Amino acid sequence: MNPITPILAPIGHSVLALLAAIGRVTIFTGKSVSHILRPPFYLREFLSQLLHIGYFSLPVVGLTAVFTGAALALQIFEGGSRFNAESVVPSIVAIGMVRELGPVLGGLMVAGRVASSVAAELGTMKVTEQIDALVTLSTNPMKYLTVPRVLAATLAMPVLVAVGDAIGIMGGWLVGITKLGLNSGAYLKNTVDFLESWDVTSGLLKAAVFGFILALMGCYHGMNSGRGAQGVGRATTNAVVSASVLILTANYILTTLFFSS
Amino acid sequence: MTRPMIEFRDVYKSFGDNHVLRGIDLSVNKGESMVIIGGSGTGKSVLLKCVLGLLHPDKGEILVEGRPAEQGDRDAFLARFGMLFQGGALFDSMTVWQNVAFRLLRGKLKRPRDEARAIAIEKLRRVGLKERVADLYPAELSGGMQKRVGLARAIAAEPEIIFFDEPTTGLDPIMSGVINSLIREIVTEMGATAMTITHDMSSVRAIADQVAMLHDGKIRWTGPVEKMDDSGDPYLDQFINARAEGPIEAIR
Repeated sequence: MNPITPILAPIGHSVLALLAAIGRVTIFTGKSVSHILRPPFYLREFLSQLLHIGYFSLPVVGLTAVFTGAALALQIFEGGSRFNAESVVPSIVAIGMVRELGPVLGGLMVAGRVASSVAAELGTMKVTEQIDALVTLSTNPMKYLTVPRVLAATLAMPVLVAVGDAIGIMGGWLVGITKLGLNSGAYLKNTVDFLESWDVTSGLLKAAVFGFILALMGCYHGMNSGRGAQGVGRATTNAVVSASVLILTANYILTTLFFSS
Repeated sequence: MTRPMIEFRDVYKSFGDNHVLRGIDLSVNKGESMVIIGGSGTGKSVLLKCVLGLLHPDKGEILVEGRPAEQGDRDAFLARFGMLFQGGALFDSMTVWQNVAFRLLRGKLKRPRDEARAIAIEKLRRVGLKERVADLYPAELSGGMQKRVGLARAIAAEPEIIFFDEPTTGLDPIMSGVINSLIREIVTEMGATAMTITHDMSSVRAIADQVAMLHDGKIRWTGPVEKMDDSGDPYLDQFINARAEGPIEAIR
């Protein structure tokens, strides 16, 4: 045997496994999108998921945003004071929240909450044969389970992030007026004056993409879960890890598309 | 000669190096109750899942009333089947009546909610459950009750063919007897074709018209249940008499 083969073989195996996984996820994504566009539509399931994924994620997103906005205000004030630029606190908090931190941190927090629960739920359904039961009851699991979750997350995330943006800005404002001695009216005026509509829109578009990714990863890993408790546990972990990594990757790509001139 | 309701022709299925089915030939006639027996891991469930399209055979053909199982309108095909899963496979997020009426609440068989609920309650009564059970969740039921709900769901849309995957596993002998009687009664009164997978010999004797033994990926023996005890087949004898000694290795 060639002496280099034992070194290259594991690398080759890993690359092939990675390519196969990318292929499977791509096919799953294509199927999901095609089922989103074709009837039948399960409105009741969609509304139920909108409640679970959207409404019940509000506390997580809100708490993340308020503390992020508050910490951001402190950091920018401290950094800005080195060159007498404390007045930029409101505008940078606002831009930082709506363009970057709102969607990214919101996406990561919702990924932790939703991708894990979706993967665990669908994984348990798979190991207890509930997904097979759906098929025997003439119901396509992609349509009945994946589409409502993916669609609900894609539509709910921009709303969640919009609320999170507002709460984050309020967090910065609260710290600004109580700890940093900034004027309340001037803070709010600065925020509104410097914020452009594209700042907000780009963040909300990012949020929609992140919502799609996190629900898709939850569904993919759940529906391909291994057997038993260990299989479901692994599916849950993989869902959160892959959703988080893909959100950060997509964030870089979208930021490049939106803002590099 | 009448055409079999379900026919397996030289069906093969492998999972990696594990060759589970190695040329299955089996026919189930209309209105007949076929019970498939065999050791754990011999591919009995795989056989049923291949008919329903949950798994795809590597080779061979499965015909339902002479037509290949994987061709034609999938919804119409599946609408002919009902299945009771080993663990019940009830949907945790739905109440009992919504589980039973699942098919009647969506798709081509969709009916008004009140009507679907009334049918579900009637089916629950048929399997010996009271109306108050209808609004409970599956997690609130005992194993025997979950099996009955699964049975009610399998028969809710009046299917022509019903599959029972280990219907008495995990139940006490009395509850097993109740489930066996229910299956026999329901299959007879509906005139349905049934395929049951089980290790439980009391189930075989209660449910079967015909018995097939699956061993080593092939049908080892098939015939009427009344001839099972005098088959002269050493594999079948060992299995039905639960003997550790014999041609079937205890460690597989």
